Amino acid sequence: MGQSLYSKVFDRHCVERLPSGQHQIFIGLHLIHEVTSPQAFAMIREQGLSVPFPELTFATVDHIIPTAAMQRKRPLMDSQAEEMLQHIEKNTRDFGIRFFSPDAGEQGIVHVIGPERGLTQPGMTIACGDSHTSTHGAFGTLAFGIGTSQVADALATQTLAMSRLKVRRINFTGSLQRGVYAKDVALAYIHHLGVNGGVGFAYEFGGAIIDRMTMEERMTVCNMSIEGGARCGYVNPDQTTFDYLNGRECSPKGAAWESALADWKSIASDADAQYDDVVEIKGEEIEPYVTWGITPAQSVGVGQPLPIVNTFPVGDRLVVQEAYEYMSFAEGQSIIGTPIDVVFIGSCTNGRLSDLREAAKFLHGKKVAAGVRALVVPGSQSIATQAEAEGLDKIYSAAGFEWRNAGCSMCLAMNPDQLKGREICASTSNRNFKGRQGSPTGRTLLMSPAMAAVAAVEGRVTDVRQHPVFSAQ
Amino acid sequence: MSKFTLNEIRGSGIPLRGTDIDTDRIIPARFLKCVTFDGIGEHAFEDDIKGIAAKGGVHSFADARFRKAAVLVANRNFGCGSSREHAPQSLKRWGVSAIIAESYSEIFHGNCVSIAVPCFIASQEFCSELQNHIEANPSAELVLSVKDATVSFGGRTVKLSIDPGAQGQFLDGSWDARSGLLENLPAIRAVAARIPYLNQFGLSTPSKAL
Repeated sequence: MGQSLYSKVFDRHCVERLPSGQHQIFIGLHLIHEVTSPQAFAMIREQGLSVPFPELTFATVDHIIPTAAMQRKRPLMDSQAEEMLQHIEKNTRDFGIRFFSPDAGEQGIVHVIGPERGLTQPGMTIACGDSHTSTHGAFGTLAFGIGTSQVADALATQTLAMSRLKVRRINFTGSLQRGVYAKDVALAYIHHLGVNGGVGFAYEFGGAIIDRMTMEERMTVCNMSIEGGARCGYVNPDQTTFDYLNGRECSPKGAAWESALADWKSIASDADAQYDDVVEIKGEEIEPYVTWGITPAQSVGVGQPLPIVNTFPVGDRLVVQEAYEYMSFAEGQSIIGTPIDVVFIGSCTNGRLSDLREAAKFLHGKKVAAGVRALVVPGSQSIATQAEAEGLDKIYSAAGFEWRNAGCSMCLAMNPDQLKGREICASTSNRNFKGRQGSPTGRTLLMSPAMAAVAAVEGRVTDVRQHPVFSAQ
Repeated sequence: MSKFTLNEIRGSGIPLRGTDIDTDRIIPARFLKCVTFDGIGEHAFEDDIKGIAAKGGVHSFADARFRKAAVLVANRNFGCGSSREHAPQSLKRWGVSAIIAESYSEIFHGNCVSIAVPCFIASQEFCSELQNHIEANPSAELVLSVKDATVSFGGRTVKLSIDPGAQGQFLDGSWDARSGLLENLPAIRAVAARIPYLNQFGLSTPSKAL
């Protein structure tokens, strides 16, 4: 019987079976940021522990950093943000950890810079004190979001105590309609399997649609595994993976590259691998999705009416009613035409170069609708530089978008980028929880970058499939 | 092993109804701007508390009847979303010593184990029944046994379930995983020496460079 990538990589990194029954798993790449690491460093200092593998941990600053150029001057105006930035600077210096700093032009969202530097490689175990660590699964890694105590475990031992997960293979068959993107694929599996359908599972994404995707698209799909309740999600490495990694800063070079390829091919799931569950989703049935509620599964194909409360199982109706009340939507209504106050293009879900390019296609010669505030936030300083070299910043600025510096920005609003009051935001991020974007009463509609760009121009939710950009192709 | 083992939790209860209550609601992101967890308990559910108050209601975490509670009774997929340990830290610092719910997000569950807050699992019907019981008897004591995975209240003892790994960790004191992990440092180095990507894919003697 064949093995899945999950089993092969898990076994390769297993140090010991712990008395509790869990496994001690070696972590090949540990990423840290300013929000979930300061208490972890305090824990290891308090216990007098060292960091035995400092060269396997990399740091950046993303959650709290302002994205407006003027606000990035040191000291940061927000004294709490400045304190957190100083802590990660000192902690990385004291323990010999590489810090991708804004001053060096290397800063970005932690899940964007790992792949772009070639740090993220097939077969690795990766941990980070951030639930969207699953993004790195796009490369055929087991990548886990962890809490602060576990960040301290990883720093002090380069291992974590973990239980073995079940593996669910999700096959995306056929092809996608024009105007349907990786983000819609992600929202589709969450819609089908629910926000807790993945509890106890690793998700293995495959099928013709995934096979044809670029690495950036696969990252979008894996990024939202946690929104489906799965602890991690991955795609088996293939030629697309290898082509992406070839020549990157931290990728293997020369003879090591050839050996790496052989190793990476060997860790992919075997053709006869057994899975605990297999699910098929037909690509043709995936519409552009928009969330209408307060969980990422509360979404609707843009052409469909919002669901009727009584069609849900009794135990689910409370959260559906709560969502309708919070969002001020009515069951049965269309999501098309919903007026938008703010548009946010960015985040570890959709802040990569291909996302910025795709959204820009819908902005040539257009203006953001009157009264709409629109932000575009590259996922890293490197992406910002590449985008500017292509002139994307000029397209966005001419359309009335604010072209910002790299950071998490309005995905979670731990920085000055926040909704106000009851504003509705068309957002390319990953969570539409109550209050997520900084206003306790603010409302988030998750969607693809193309859908967000069109919403910015029209001032309301619009079906991107109708756009002239597609008829011109 | 670590500081202490954990078998019994005693205290009054606090009901919190609703599925998919995420960690942004437990502790809004603006309270993550800190370098210690001190004082974070004061902000548990702050926005939900205000939101319900604005409509003339009272959130459980602002209800004086439950202020001394130690056992939180929630519903399905509790603690979904962000990996922020700030969420269980704020609950613990508020006073929560154990949780009973239909199910949990896994990262939240792991974080609770790390800070010695046992998470018990019960059916939807029982969670609802226990929530009703607590509302009717807010100062009544609940007694939770980790070893037996039971809750005793009002003269009854009801069987719950608990993740067997976590149960073992509470009973033998290894819930604080770090000391156990540290004991294996030689074995950790041995694994590092044979992982291909840490060793130039076999082309070099074991090296620590990526």
